[in-house]
Amino acid sequence: MPLNIIVAAKQVLDPEMPASAFKVDRDAKKIMPPQGIPPVVNGFDENAVEAALQLREIHEGKVTVLTMGAEFALDVIKKPLSMGADELILLQDPAFINTPDSFFTATVLAAAIKKIGEYDLIICGRQASDWDSSQVSLGIAEMLGLPVITLGRKIEVGDGKVLVQRVLTDGYEVMEASLPAVVTVSNEFGEPRYPTLRGIMQATRKMPTTWTSADLGVEIPAPQLELSDLFVPERDRQCEYIEGSDEAAIGRNLALKLREAKLI
Amino acid sequence: MPPVLIIGEVTPDGDAASITGELIAAARPLADGLGVELVAALPGTSSQRAAATAITLGADKAYAVEDPFLDDPSAFDAHVAAAQKLCQEIGPSIVLFGRTITGRDVAPRLAFRLGTCAANDCVEVKLDSDQRLAALRPVFGGSALAWVRCLGDVAVVTVRAKAYEPLEADATRKGEVVNFSPGLGRDAVKSRLVERVKEDQTQGLRLEDARIVVSGGRGLGGPDPFVHLEEIAKLLGGAVGASRAACDAGWVPATLQVGLTGKTVTPDLYLTVGISGASQHMAGCAASKNIVSINKDGDANIFKEARFGAVGDWKNILPAFIEQLQELVK
Repeated sequence: MPLNIIVAAKQVLDPEMPASAFKVDRDAKKIMPPQGIPPVVNGFDENAVEAALQLREIHEGKVTVLTMGAEFALDVIKKPLSMGADELILLQDPAFINTPDSFFTATVLAAAIKKIGEYDLIICGRQASDWDSSQVSLGIAEMLGLPVITLGRKIEVGDGKVLVQRVLTDGYEVMEASLPAVVTVSNEFGEPRYPTLRGIMQATRKMPTTWTSADLGVEIPAPQLELSDLFVPERDRQCEYIEGSDEAAIGRNLALKLREAKLI
Repeated sequence: MPPVLIIGEVTPDGDAASITGELIAAARPLADGLGVELVAALPGTSSQRAAATAITLGADKAYAVEDPFLDDPSAFDAHVAAAQKLCQEIGPSIVLFGRTITGRDVAPRLAFRLGTCAANDCVEVKLDSDQRLAALRPVFGGSALAWVRCLGDVAVVTVRAKAYEPLEADATRKGEVVNFSPGLGRDAVKSRLVERVKEDQTQGLRLEDARIVVSGGRGLGGPDPFVHLEEIAKLLGGAVGASRAACDAGWVPATLQVGLTGKTVTPDLYLTVGISGASQHMAGCAASKNIVSINKDGDANIFKEARFGAVGDWKNILPAFIEQLQELVK
């Protein structure tokens, strides 16, 4: 049975940016866009794209990537297409701001998924690396009345069911649900593939579909979570650097220092 | 008056799990500030004893929420349905969950059913001057902190484990324990647990319980150098951890991962080797009492959090360090 898979992906600030480039404009309650460091597709969402592509390799079907925002860096957000996804739908509207209010985000995404209409599986990253809320996927499931299994590291589909290995702190557990279902994946799923040259060429030719708020006919819900302050925590620790005539001496002195400080 | 509700957790032995006391400690000032009752709910198959404990830990009233479907921490569908029924019964203005295996799935789903969303993984909660609930959460992988205000009819929050110390238990405290049966049916359950597999091969000491943790990262360059870390851990009676980079590369099992998406550790000594200290990693270890780091880049972020730092190549530092340790602990 061919699978219709929808992947929700988000464009985020590069979480690997050097700490010195991470600056907050506290008055505007925003992260200042770092100079010369382009945004990226959220890492866990790339894991989700990878999961969808692997399932398509087994079952055939279609992988549609859905993303929401006020504006996009098109060359960044097209990465799932160059990895091999079939279609990219941009939910783009000045109203679609990046907010920690997951109720808003889930409402818009659920409306878009309803508009797509046909789907067997919705795969999301476990959380976005900006707000780290890890709940939009759960909201989509609740709003669409679907089963949801989180923190997947392996996904199998068969007999109208999905089997997911969930990451636990000391191992894993397998959960099962009927399709259609929502599944979130974690980095334990494995590295997402690199786009091939052919994939990149194909992606350049593919134009994303764009849906606005009006296209979705979605009513913007009353705000549920409001950001009232955003700041970088103070670090007050003073590191004492261990000295020594060479690196071996530094090693010995470190051990002696730990004993002196009664840490060992 | 709508009460403040905490959803505690029950251990397999029927005791109140530690998160229960932590949630009561977080919620007590909220209930007092609003002048309302603090209600604790203990969902499980047999939770009378845990409910009684919740009273001694500071709850005004405790619901033993019992149902055969609430037989597992991962029975998320049943836990959501039970919490929803309890909310219908008592109409809380604030609901606190722990950011635990159960809470991270259940709290947001309950919130969405109640027409709102949750404030997740919060390290502090308070009432704003307008009596709205405000919660402090690490965001951007811990690089920043955000205060968010809950504007819905009900505020749903997950509180990070160990963010609050439980109040001292007082066996003389009085409070009503109510039996509440949500009467769940099979229709409440959409996903089924098939099996659970324990993979953690660590013998004895759990990473989360260790007072000394020795963690390695990308800078180690491969799986082999972890034998040195194991040796140090063995000498000091500690456990070995790793950064996500080392786990993703397959050098060590994923169960050793410390960080935002891995384990949170709070040892007395957190010794890192070849870890640069990205905020995603620090999110899992920043509450350690002492961080000590060996790294070749003296400007690495880890040294901003470290008490002691050794700058240099671990290949030269570690052998001498271990030799000296052996002498010290002899």
